This record gives sequence, C-alpha cells and structure tokens, in this order.
Amino acid sequence: MSKILKNSELNISTASSIVSNTLNKCDDGELYLEDSKSESIILDDNKIKSSSYKSDLGYGLRAITGDVVAYSHSSDLSKKSLNESSKNLKSTLSSSNGTYNFEIKKTNKKYYSEQDPIESKNFKSKIEILNQVNDYVRNKNNSVRQVTATLLGEHRSIEILRGDGELLSDDRPLVRFNVSVMLEKNGRKESAVYGIGGRQNYDAYLDEKNWKSVCDEALRIANVNLNSKPAPAGEMQVVLGPGWPAILIHEAIGHGLEGDFNRKKTSAFHDLVGRKVASEGVTIIDDGTLENKRGSLTIDDEGTPTEKTVLIENGILKNFMQDRLNARLMNTRSTGNGRRESYKHVVMPRMRNTIMLNGNHSQEEMIKSVKKGIFAVSFGGGQVDITSGKFVFNCTEAYEIINGKVCSPIKGATLIGDGPSALKEVSMVGNDMMLDPGIGTCGKAGQGVPVGVGQPSLLINKMTVGGTQL
Amino acid sequence: MLEYNNKLSEIVDHCISNAKKKGATEVEVGIVRSTAETVSYRNKKLDESDRSENIGLSLTAYINKKKNSVLSSNLKTDNLEKLIERCVEAAKITPEDEFNSLPDEELFFKNSDELDLFDETHLENNQKIDYLKEAEEVAFKNKEIVNTNGSSFSESKTEVVLGNSKGFKNGYKTSNFTAYCEVVSKNNGSMERDYEYTSKRHFEDLLKPSELGSNAAKFAIRKLKPQKINSGKFDIIFDKRISKSFLNYFSSAITGSSVYRGTSFLKEKLNKKIFSDNINIVDRADIKRGNGSRYFDNEGVKIQNLSLVNKGVLNEYLIDTYYGKKLNIPSNGRSGGATNLYFENGKKDLKDLMNSSKKIFYVTETIGHGTNIVTGDYSLGAGGMMIENGEFVYPISEVTIAGNLNEMFIKMVLANDLQFNYSTNAPSVLIENMTVAGK
Repeated sequence: MSKILKNSELNISTASSIVSNTLNKCDDGELYLEDSKSESIILDDNKIKSSSYKSDLGYGLRAITGDVVAYSHSSDLSKKSLNESSKNLKSTLSSSNGTYNFEIKKTNKKYYSEQDPIESKNFKSKIEILNQVNDYVRNKNNSVRQVTATLLGEHRSIEILRGDGELLSDDRPLVRFNVSVMLEKNGRKESAVYGIGGRQNYDAYLDEKNWKSVCDEALRIANVNLNSKPAPAGEMQVVLGPGWPAILIHEAIGHGLEGDFNRKKTSAFHDLVGRKVASEGVTIIDDGTLENKRGSLTIDDEGTPTEKTVLIENGILKNFMQDRLNARLMNTRSTGNGRRESYKHVVMPRMRNTIMLNGNHSQEEMIKSVKKGIFAVSFGGGQVDITSGKFVFNCTEAYEIINGKVCSPIKGATLIGDGPSALKEVSMVGNDMMLDPGIGTCGKAGQGVPVGVGQPSLLINKMTVGGTQL
Repeated sequence: MLEYNNKLSEIVDHCISNAKKKGATEVEVGIVRSTAETVSYRNKKLDESDRSENIGLSLTAYINKKKNSVLSSNLKTDNLEKLIERCVEAAKITPEDEFNSLPDEELFFKNSDELDLFDETHLENNQKIDYLKEAEEVAFKNKEIVNTNGSSFSESKTEVVLGNSKGFKNGYKTSNFTAYCEVVSKNNGSMERDYEYTSKRHFEDLLKPSELGSNAAKFAIRKLKPQKINSGKFDIIFDKRISKSFLNYFSSAITGSSVYRGTSFLKEKLNKKIFSDNINIVDRADIKRGNGSRYFDNEGVKIQNLSLVNKGVLNEYLIDTYYGKKLNIPSNGRSGGATNLYFENGKKDLKDLMNSSKKIFYVTETIGHGTNIVTGDYSLGAGGMMIENGEFVYPISEVTIAGNLNEMFIKMVLANDLQFNYSTNAPSVLIENMTVAGK
C-alpha cells in the first residue's frame, strides 16, 4: 500500500508495471517517491523575520546497467510524466542487457518515530519560544548586539518501489534549533553560533533547560572570542576537544572512504584496505543505527537497512562505505550508505554518524604534554580534496597551549592537514567520547544531507595552523 | 515587452485572488519552472544521465504588517487551496513587523531592452557526449593524466513568472549551458586533481571542448609533486579563479541585511575609502547574455546599474525592500543579491605583477570557509605555484594564507586581464606581505 500515491492520480499497479518494464534488462534501479513537509521560523533583530512552510512531492526513476546510471525526476506524479521518464531512461540505456538484482535486506528495526514534528507543536508556541530565546540572550549579556534564533522542522516520507513490485518505506522526522549571537565590546565585534537537533519532536529539544543551554553556549563562545588574540601560524601540536571537532574525522578520512571515489580509484585510500592508515588505538565507525540522531536512518535511500560499519579498526583500514551500485562493482555488499538529498538527486555513498571510539587518555594528560600548540574546542565547517587528501577545517573556539597550560583564546584560524598522514600523527586518543549536538550537514557534489559526528579528545602531533602571527 | 508563460501567469493570478479572498491584504506569488538535462562522461563512456523537471511556487501573504510564506512543488488546485489557507492562518498569528511590505509601485520593473538570455538550442544526449568525449580525449593526450573524476554537460531552461497584488506581473525565460571536466594526474606517487568549467546562457559561447580538456589537464599537471613551504610573509598573486571570491565577500558585507544588523566588516564604511584609488567595482544587470543578468529582482523591482566602488570609495549598498525601509534607502533591486559583479581592469600586466618581487606565491586554489564577514578575518587553506624572478618554479600545497579583508582590500593591486566568464569576474590580484603558514 503506497501512502504517497494514495492521493495522486497515479496508482501503484500502474507505477509498478512502468517500473518493471523500465528495469527489465537493467542490473538495478527503482522508483523513489518522496513526500516532504518542512518549516522554518526565523527570529532576527528582535522580530520574527520570516516564517515559511514548504511541501514538496515528487519521484525519481533510476535505471542502472553496469556502471552507467540513468535518472529522471519530476514533481509531477502522473502516469504521463512517469512514462516520459521511462522513455528517457530506456533510450539512454538502449543497449542494456543486464540481470536485475532483486536481493535487498529487510529490517523490522526503527531508529526514530514516524511523527511529524511540524504538527507536534502549534505555530504560536514556536513563536513564543523564539521570543523567549531573544529576551533571555539580550537580558543575559549587555554586549549583545544581534540575536538570530531559528527553528527548522521537517517530515519526510519516502517509498522505494523495486523492479518486482516490492515497496519499502520510511518516515523521517528532523528538527534543528539554532542560536546565533553577535557581541560588541570596546569597539570589537565577535559572533558565535550553537544549536541542537535530531530526529524527534520539537519538545525533545526545546524544554527550557535545553534552549537556555544552547543560548548560554553561543554567548560563551562569542565572549571567549571577544578576548581572542591573533592566532599563531605554522606547524604545531593540536589538541582537539571531544564531540563536534570530529568533523576532522569526517573530512580527513570519511570522504576518502566513500565507495564511489575508491571504485574510481580517485581516493588517496583506494589501495589501502588491510593496511595501516592510522595510529594504533584509532577505531572509526560509521553508524546509521543510533536512536534519534541526526545522521541515523532506518533504511537508506535505496532501501538497504543501515548498520554500524567499521571503517578503521585499531589503525587498520577495514571497509569502505557503499551504496548498491559501487558495492556491486567492487564485489561487496551495500553498507546502507546510499543517500540522496531529495528525489531531485541521484544516490551516492554518503556518511551517517561517523565516530571515533574511546581510547584511554585524559584530555588533561594531552594538554600537559604539549609545549607549544593549540587546543581547538569548536569548529565551523571543513572541506577536503579527496584526490590529494588535503583537508581543512576552521576553528571557532581555540586557545594557545604553552608549556602544558591552556593560555589565551585565539582568533578563528584554518587548520590544514593531509588525510592519509593526519591519523598516523594521532598520538593520544581520549576517554571522553562525545557526539555532536545534532547540527551537521554534509555537502558532496552539490547535495546536502544531515549527518552526525563524534570523537573523544585527540592529540595530533603536527598540523599546520593558519594564523597571522609568525 | 517580455514574453512569458500564460498558464503559469493564470496560476499566479488565481493564487493572488484566492489569498485575498481568504483575508490577505497583499500577496506576492512567484513560479519558477525548469527542465534540465545533464550527462556525465567518464573514462571514454557515459557515466550518468539525469533529466529533471522542476516546478516551485512561492506565495507570501501579508495581513497589513504581518506576513507568512509557503512553498510547494505541487501546483494542483486542491493542494494550493490548502496551502494558501495555511499561509493566511499563520500570517494572522505572526507578530507584526512595521517594515514588512511589498515594494513601492514606482520601483517596479516596467520594460527594458531584450537581454538575449534564452537560447532555444537543444542538444541531444549523444551531442553532449560528443562534446565531453573530445574534452577528455584532449586531456588524456598528456601522459601524466591517468584518470578522470568525470566530465559533465548540462543544459537547462528556466521560466520565471512573478506577480503581486499591487498589479505587478511579469516573467521571462533563461537558458544555461555548463560543461565541466575534472582529471587526475599522477607522477611518482603524487596524485592531484584539477578542473576547468565553462557556463554560458548561449551554447555557442561555451569554451570549445578541446580547450576545456587541455586547461583541466594543464592545471592538474602543474600541481604534481607539490612542496610545503616554510612559514613566512609572502606577496601573493591570486589567480582569476580565486580573486573573484573577494567580490563575493565584498557583496555579502555590503548587503542591506549585514549592514543594518551590523554584522559586516564594511559597516559604517559608506563614502569611505576601502580600496586604493585605482579600484572600481561595478554591478550591472543588463549585460547582454550575461550570466548574472536579470530583468527584475525577486520582488519585481527594477535593477539599477551600480558603481559600488569608485576610485576606492564605497558608494552604495545592495538593497532590497525590507532592509531599504529599515535603512531608509530605496531598494536598488538587489533582493536576490548582486547580478554581474566585477572589478574594472587594473593598469598592470600580470607579467609585471609576477616580476614585482623576487619570490611570489601564486594561489590557484583555496580550500575551506575561513572568512569571517563580521570581523573581516581571513584564513584559508591554499595551493598554487612559487614564482621566482617572474617564472613559475614549483607547485605548493598544504599551506594556509591569512590576513584581514580590511587590510587586504586596501593593499590590493589589480592586473588588466579581466574576462567575463561567470557572473562574478575579477582580474588577477596582487596582495603584498601576507602570512603563509606551512612547515
């Protein structure tokens, strides 16, 4: 029974016969249906600056033969439109002579509820919370010049209709709450952002204690930066705090372990399975099964149940992250990492929640061991060049370490490293693993998907810090 | 007179009157419909084909000074009915903002010259494949090019119709053709990638495939066997691929919202000198076939040509209706941002800049998002070439460059090699004495 087709003029048996006819001589493919609702309410400059609600409905029909993918998508859910897509795919893959792979794993597990967060709370009370946030932040600190508070809610129903008529479905709630502040003191301005979120209703994130702690954290970071001095420049030791700084893991090696780059041999890691790529004691997993986490999925966007995939175990490279296409071409199985931004996008292997597991050192011990270096607590974004392995991320809260002591805060600076060598430079892994608060979006080939990261504190022997002070 | 789609226009009318019936005092409705076909090609064969048909409607309902918006891809009458209902109901309970309003009538776009933004040329998939095949073949003629990250060719056609309850309604069609080629070079264990792309309103204006392929190959090969240099102060030349990003930072810092909210390093810099005397920055919406050309902005307002920086002095901000009312400046048609934004040419040849000191770091790529628009602090990962005595000597990678945009702007020297390839364009830029962190 298709929930999405129920209200459209296209019925499931017609859709199913078009799909099976299209995929007849192909190796794989499916019809992906999506019905999504999202809202955004933004308070800025003391006012509700914008509030909007979006409803989006559409399909994407995909056929794969060998390593060739043909895709056609539309927001017109009609027989006519689907037939046109089918015609387009067949003409692209006209010489196709494949055997459809019917096999797909099933699951009864669910890692989040089906509820629609948007409808779980009335509009008026959402606006009230944003106003309370604004008042709280402005009253708490008289250096506050700007406050922006944002609520984002989403409910996405997806259905995957396979070549044999099998229908797989998932309902995905997603919520995010963000506060951004700008402070001004003695002519100096600094800003900071903090947020929380995940796959539950608003109320799970918006009780008074929660939203206040988000505000407090944004204020704390901006305040620290008001007293920051120019960052040092050059190669030095870096201690990373737990949690969100794990975007280092995401950028430095996560992307390089995605199946597509390795199948195409354009990743710096493509010939390193079974080899040592990180220091001993470094174990990294990509986990889609953490309850209610932003990067979790019950099934991926091809219908494969997600799992906890071990990428690196005690320093040794074990597995890549795979979707069905790249897994088939590399003679392995999908790890449930096939994801897409929406029906408008093709599937690619993407990360879920990427986490480095605990070691046995304390953060204190790490800091004590550093003569000259920096202690990086919070980051903005990161980026990687998969082929050369070079990656960067920029600090939004960091301190200088001199002779084992944390000293004054330093201005935001970019840190640059080399993926394949960075993890060999990890000399201590902490015992304080933390997940990020649920705010990450990863971009790849123009597609954004929600992800999570986590790690304990880490000591890295050598990274280049991009400050201004030589 | 511009021509636009009657059927979309009827939907716009219907939505406006429907929302008014439900209690809206003013309404704005926009519809964007596009079709796009993209073909990706890799290692001598088709990799992926993608055909898309997208439609999106956005409706903003005002009840006096209250407002709310809805967006949808489902334009069926019963769905729109429900959404408009939802929108008007939400507007009723949204707090008032005295600056909320549609644009003033006298600012609406009326008519203009034809800008030639639509090319009806349609390329079948095999024609797109032929283009990409030639580009890759040319790239692979170099023995250092061992792999490809894929090339792609995309053709899209877009229709826009915008209307509001003050009687504005207009629309237009645009087209876009884009080709991209990314190749991988390898030599003694060093592996690098680089790309070239070309994007135009008209197919005939695209780079020739051989040029696309040979540029991508040339860029990827010159990066092989890079060195990490010692930290220090360097004069830096920013290649045109990178120098245009300074205009992006500049435009986000002079956007009405950043200026009003005080979250800009260029706040309070109006009529002040922010660049040296020789520097002029222009934003023009009416360049024929221009990638950033538009007839009107997201609110239907006529887009004025702006001399944003004249002889180094900041003359104008980019203003939409809402922030215009807050700042008490009429909208200059920048809801949706800058259009064709560029530095006018400088006076010096690139060769002269390359000879301006003994050692210069020539930056061809940056990585990361380390630019802070509030403070102007700038810190990015970078790669490129070392220039010694005017000649390229070796590639550089895994370093960072840092400074503050306020100082960098003042120190900027422009070359005279401006070309109009994209919507934002800059000549090569020299900035002296920046901090480079390496070994």
